[in-house]
Amino acid sequence: MDIHEYQAKEILSNYGVKIAVGGLAYSPEDAVQRAREIGGRIWAVKAQIHSGGRGKAGGIIICRSHDEVEAAAEALLGKRLITHQTGAVGKVCGRLYVEAGTEITKEMYFCLLVDRSAERIVMIGSAQGGMEIEELAVTQPDAIKKIYIDPAVGLQDYQAREMAFALQMDADNMSHAVKTIKGCYRALRDLDANMLEINPLVTTHSGKLLALDAKMTFDENALFRQLKISELRDKTQEDPRETAAADRGLSYVGLDGDIGCMINGAGLAMATMDMIKLAGGEPANFLDVGGGASAERTEKAFRLVLADKNVKAMLVNIFAGINRCDWIAEGVVHAVRKLDMKVPLIVRLSGTNVEEGQRIIAESGLPIITAETLAEAAEKAVQARNDVVASEA
Amino acid sequence: MAILINETTRIIVQGFTGKIGSFHAQDMIHYGSKIVGGVTPGKGGQTHLGLPVFNMVKEAVQHAGAEASIIFVPPAFAADSIMEAADAGIKYCVAITDGIPTQDMMRVKNFLRRFPKEERMILTGPNCAGTISPGRAMLGIMPGHIYQQGHVGIVGRSGTLGYEAADQMKRLGIGISSSVGIGGDPINGSSHRDVLALFEQDDETKVVLMIGEIGGPQEVEAGLFAKEHMNKPVVAYIAGLTAPEGRRMGHAGAIISEAGESAAEKVAMLKDYGVTICPTPASMGATVAEVLAKI
Repeated sequence: MDIHEYQAKEILSNYGVKIAVGGLAYSPEDAVQRAREIGGRIWAVKAQIHSGGRGKAGGIIICRSHDEVEAAAEALLGKRLITHQTGAVGKVCGRLYVEAGTEITKEMYFCLLVDRSAERIVMIGSAQGGMEIEELAVTQPDAIKKIYIDPAVGLQDYQAREMAFALQMDADNMSHAVKTIKGCYRALRDLDANMLEINPLVTTHSGKLLALDAKMTFDENALFRQLKISELRDKTQEDPRETAAADRGLSYVGLDGDIGCMINGAGLAMATMDMIKLAGGEPANFLDVGGGASAERTEKAFRLVLADKNVKAMLVNIFAGINRCDWIAEGVVHAVRKLDMKVPLIVRLSGTNVEEGQRIIAESGLPIITAETLAEAAEKAVQARNDVVASEA
Repeated sequence: MAILINETTRIIVQGFTGKIGSFHAQDMIHYGSKIVGGVTPGKGGQTHLGLPVFNMVKEAVQHAGAEASIIFVPPAFAADSIMEAADAGIKYCVAITDGIPTQDMMRVKNFLRRFPKEERMILTGPNCAGTISPGRAMLGIMPGHIYQQGHVGIVGRSGTLGYEAADQMKRLGIGISSSVGIGGDPINGSSHRDVLALFEQDDETKVVLMIGEIGGPQEVEAGLFAKEHMNKPVVAYIAGLTAPEGRRMGHAGAIISEAGESAAEKVAMLKDYGVTICPTPASMGATVAEVLAKI
């Protein structure tokens, strides 16, 4: 789960990380009020969206008067920002963070994340800040410092110092740098974050060390014990279909194609989508209905898939283990009748009670196309989709 | 031989008296697995499904000679149950539980490394369908009847895609020595490579099918292991050709977040290591058949 910059900064400041003075705004009037409260003569008005690369997308505006703050807020609120991470759909900005302007002398990169292959938390830093770390990894791999943390004892002071030296911190700032780095580590560990990135971490003219931006991503599996973090969820930043699916215990990812899918199991779902592509089609979605696909759940899954108006055919592929094909078949027949389905439906059932499931589909009298194998199912789905497109033309 | 479990393996169920634990315990007993009891803290001394219930894994090892364990404990308590099993001297543990926090799994892995290698419990999962040695024993939640006994080892992240592979093979008359689910989480007990190493040592296994997916470095590491340390041929399918970058495809671990983690990149690297690639998910059985025919 992602959170906003202002939320991450609030968390980090509680862990001893210094941030610039700032405040949240939902309207241009709010934004001006925040600028007044902050004082000074320069402010950054920053769009709060769940994505990196906001600067390049025009989501951060530097202002030198209250009028400029107001104008910037008007321009950003409600605007759809498209970054390299959001895809073409972009993300709508509904909140602003107004922050005191900072005079920067040096920009650095710092992050902590769970390294899957080392099975440890790794700390990554570079004295070359302000760039995307992916770019830096390609252009200047030697400029990146990586330090692995032993989960049994946690981050040690000498490791934090090693990182601070790699960031080319002054001796004057060393103790503060160590405190900042350790604070970040404790925040990641205590709050079950998967990733914490400060890009850039800066030193100011007055010699202070500040987190100018902050990004945190949390482990969804741990939210049950991080109730304060789960309250920070901003559903406006998520695909409404995916949120609706998650609320119903289904796993859904919207895609650009036109063959809707309902499958049990993430691996089989990905494989079925691959098969559609290899047969010449494009999947409209990823949808894992999980183990216990009841009639009610099946109906919800159908509603979700068919809510996508691009869908021209729908493929159901269920390999019943704990499930039983007859239950699935009953659910499918019920959903098709109830939703008065217009697009062609292809159903492939396999596993426990398959004969019974096939009989229920056949005796329903509904125009459901059935398939025995995965390959046959994908080919029939692509064919049905092509027939629909041809008849529309 | 098969790997990890056979008809003599003495198994306990952690989370035995719960609804899910009971259901699958019955299923495993029906398949022929040697279930010798279960653990539910606070219910020790009771009898469930005609078998003894223990308060602690340690007691199950002592009194019922438990060697292997399967975990159906809810996510918040599962890491603790895994560590309890390891400490009690269980040799092999399958964690079925889906939704264990990543940092809990980091702690589990760190805990397991404290044991000398020869005494260390092997863990597969979490978030997996378990392990089956067809005709001998099932330590999992899969439909046992789709697996035919034979000489192909299967290792995979996904449950249902593993069933698909077993089904394709059965249709072609090909049997399986053991099928091991390693689960869809970012940090798991055993990697693809760990399981390949076990299959390499197993006399009965002639070919191994690895069913991988997008995200993480494990499939490629396993490919390198196959090239450098294996005499048996390895066949692979990598799911997620159509998955866009940065989107999580159901499994917590199925996300392309770094270079080399997409299906196309993994396939290219595996080919370089001499692994035979299944061109489509519908041809897993046929590809294994071709490789078997050449032996």
